[in-house]
Amino acid sequence: MQSVKMVVTGPFNAGKTEFINSVSEIDIVATERKISSEIEKIKESTTVAMDFGRITVDEDLVLYLFGTPGQKRFDFMWEILSEGMLGFIVMVDSTRPETFREARRILETFRAYAPTPYVVAANKQDCEDAWEIQDMRIALRLDPAVRLVNCVATDKESVKSVLLQLLFSILEEMDLQESVNN
Amino acid sequence: MALKGNLRDFTITQLLNLVNLARKTGTLVLEGPNGAARIVFREGKLAYAQAGQEDNSLVSVLYRANKLNARQQRIVRENAGNVPDKELGLLLINANYLSQQDILSSVQHHYYEVVTSLLTWADGFFRFENGLAPPAGKIAVRVNLENLIIEGTRRIHERQQLQDEIPSLDMALKFTERPGTNLRKVNLNVEEWRVVSFVNPKNTMRQIGRATKMNDFEIRRIVYGLLQAGLVEIVRPDGAPQPAAKPGRLPVSTITGSKEERKSLLNRIIGRIRSL
Repeated sequence: MQSVKMVVTGPFNAGKTEFINSVSEIDIVATERKISSEIEKIKESTTVAMDFGRITVDEDLVLYLFGTPGQKRFDFMWEILSEGMLGFIVMVDSTRPETFREARRILETFRAYAPTPYVVAANKQDCEDAWEIQDMRIALRLDPAVRLVNCVATDKESVKSVLLQLLFSILEEMDLQESVNN
Repeated sequence: MALKGNLRDFTITQLLNLVNLARKTGTLVLEGPNGAARIVFREGKLAYAQAGQEDNSLVSVLYRANKLNARQQRIVRENAGNVPDKELGLLLINANYLSQQDILSSVQHHYYEVVTSLLTWADGFFRFENGLAPPAGKIAVRVNLENLIIEGTRRIHERQQLQDEIPSLDMALKFTERPGTNLRKVNLNVEEWRVVSFVNPKNTMRQIGRATKMNDFEIRRIVYGLLQAGLVEIVRPDGAPQPAAKPGRLPVSTITGSKEERKSLLNRIIGRIRSL
């Protein structure tokens, strides 16, 4: 049995756990704890080590989805989680511009750990306060070539679309590398 | 959809950049601890700006720009009454008081200065309201935002440098114990004296900033000057806890594969995800 992994990262409360939960065939192995910080008490609990979801592809292959802890003090986990990943998804809460800078920092950190393909998922696009995708691209300083995808982490079809966009990016990157080598 | 947030997380320079790139038309409303401001844009260019309750009538703008002297200003105010700025501008041009260029360049300079003064706002709320035009009767201009963005970036850079030099405002200050340092012989301005009067290991820089009504940027800039002059040094506040140790590393495992294998895997995964 072979296994591959993708990492779902992003700032605190961006929707990483919900994202994995929407497509995982097992109840995600979540490592959540009650929030202790007053500042971060916008939800009851948060991921302190990693979330762990699974999709069985066929009898020989399993895809694991790892969600990183969103709180800054657990960022020492990121390098460990990023090793060997096929690619990663940066979840950004479209309704909380105060987290955009942190999302950019996380993106750059993961790029430094592993220069693998990635997509940015603009989560909570179904909310009234959500920023428009074009505005988010400018705010996050994303290159036009980077895929910035609409997302609603609680919606399975939306999550599938984000995962597929990442897989297409990985394929494109492979083709590009082959053409350069040839 | 909403374009709103806090200036702590999203600077005015970043907002100007966004408006410029997206060629937006509308009004950026800012509400900070020091007051409120409105900046109007038309297709990504600055059209109008107003900070707080400042008098930005055309007569005042022209007087500040030395296009009208005090006597002319008084005469125009007495004769013009409540005539809107646009009409007043035309009257001044027709009366050969001023040229169109004089008026436009003065108004442009005024709006530019208003926005420049806002660039150091590091706290407060913002919202962008699509399509809102300048107030009726006010003269709208078309000023490219690039220079403002560059100026804003320079100020942010200065702020970041100060932040690097003084990372935490939760530290305190104390006077250096060098013999021969006599504050009375040093030329300090009023703001520096206000800060100096609070220097004490019991007061954090943040508390000094609050007491002197200075924002983080201003208090850092003054403390940096005092540090460079060797008058003060940064110390841990009396009774503050020691910082915690960093956590240790966890074991690591790696997943690898050749290009062909990975490509095959990817196509299988794509098929599976589609079928979910």
